[in-house]
Amino acid sequence: MTDRVAILGGGTGGTVLANGLADRLAAEIDGGDVEVTLINDGPDHVYKPVWLYVPFGQREPADGRRPLRELVDSRIDLVVDRVTGIDTDAKELALRDAGAPLSYDYLVVATGSTLAPDEVPGLAEGGHDYYSESGALALRDDLLSMTEGHLVVSVVGTPHMCPAAPLEFAFMADDWFRERGLREDVEVTYTYPINRVHGNPHIAEWAEPIMTERDIGVETFFNADSVDPDAKTVASMEGTEIDYDVLAAIPPHRGVDVVADADLGDRGWVDVDKHTLEAERAENVYAIGDAATTGVPKAGSVAHYQAGVVGRRLASEVRGRPATATYDGKTLCFIETGMDAASFVEFDYENPPSPAPPSEKLHWSKLAYNESYWLTARGLL
Amino acid sequence: MTDTDIEPTDTVDARGAACPGPLMDLIGRVRSANSGDVVLLLSDAEQSLTDVSEWVDETDNELLAVEETGDDYRFYVEVA
Repeated sequence: MTDRVAILGGGTGGTVLANGLADRLAAEIDGGDVEVTLINDGPDHVYKPVWLYVPFGQREPADGRRPLRELVDSRIDLVVDRVTGIDTDAKELALRDAGAPLSYDYLVVATGSTLAPDEVPGLAEGGHDYYSESGALALRDDLLSMTEGHLVVSVVGTPHMCPAAPLEFAFMADDWFRERGLREDVEVTYTYPINRVHGNPHIAEWAEPIMTERDIGVETFFNADSVDPDAKTVASMEGTEIDYDVLAAIPPHRGVDVVADADLGDRGWVDVDKHTLEAERAENVYAIGDAATTGVPKAGSVAHYQAGVVGRRLASEVRGRPATATYDGKTLCFIETGMDAASFVEFDYENPPSPAPPSEKLHWSKLAYNESYWLTARGLL
Repeated sequence: MTDTDIEPTDTVDARGAACPGPLMDLIGRVRSANSGDVVLLLSDAEQSLTDVSEWVDETDNELLAVEETGDDYRFYVEVA
């Protein structure tokens, strides 16, 4: 009997997992004992970290796109279609374009994050983001023409993709305007929903003095409640109102509707055991990356490491052995502190982050990794 | 820390979530709650003791009680 593995989502987690299984289970796949299907709702793989650089005119969205077919091992069945239903009892996926449902024995949900700016009135009309291609391009248009005024970087919703990126954007904007001789005419303010500048207290403690030193204004306990696109103001639940000329916002995030409809967790995220990554509400279902509620950041490194864990677990399961691989919360993250310096953090469930002193070397390491990311997607790095 | 017989209108179970998850879950629920509702937040993150009380102080909402059960913390927040 053939074991059928379905991977839902061709982002970092899904693609790394598919290639990892193609390598790990090559003999079983070639022998017809295992089938691995990767389903994505578009033909391209998208590497989102490129978007951070788009508003500053340094990268193009196309730099972060490559055809999945070029990245995924030929042992993997690639299906470009949209999953419209997950039936975890019947172990079937309904597809928008295909006539028949896709049956599975093991399902891995790797559906990532989506943006939900509509949850805050006025945000979609009044703000831009760099968490989407269209948002990054619109923000680039505003930033490139900005020579004076007030730039507000506002974290509206958490959890969100890449928790370091709001700090990075504020640091990069400060440096970018400084290099262009405009900083004295451009005020920069950073807002965050809780009582520090980052969710992780260790990173917050590191970042706050840098913000003070760089004259980046900080508003904590600022939960944006509404945006007035005409008056160009953003108001918080806590009663503060800020005027802006350009609003770079990190909108609320959600998982995908099909996961919410399957009742695998809240807001389209999947409740999982944070070590085994097994779904808590269904049998033979895993979740990895942004889709999995593990408490660690929604970041590419997390998806990458979790894909390795689930790949090892699935290999054990299809071979009839106990699955012993577990995820320890490992997270790696470069943090840009300007246009030519960066820090680096590494942490897990037990060990908190300790940001490295910013250096040019770490900045180039980040850019070099962004270039070599395509080897990660292929399962080689 | 007190034992309480307050009847919450709504409960947010954020046990297992790392900070600031519990506070953000609470804020999300308060956003959609009605004035006078009591939201109960369950958290097992010690940092919530600081995060929740400081956030409530910043708003017109009221922290009615905090319970420590040994396994988790229970925050009762009345929505303004």
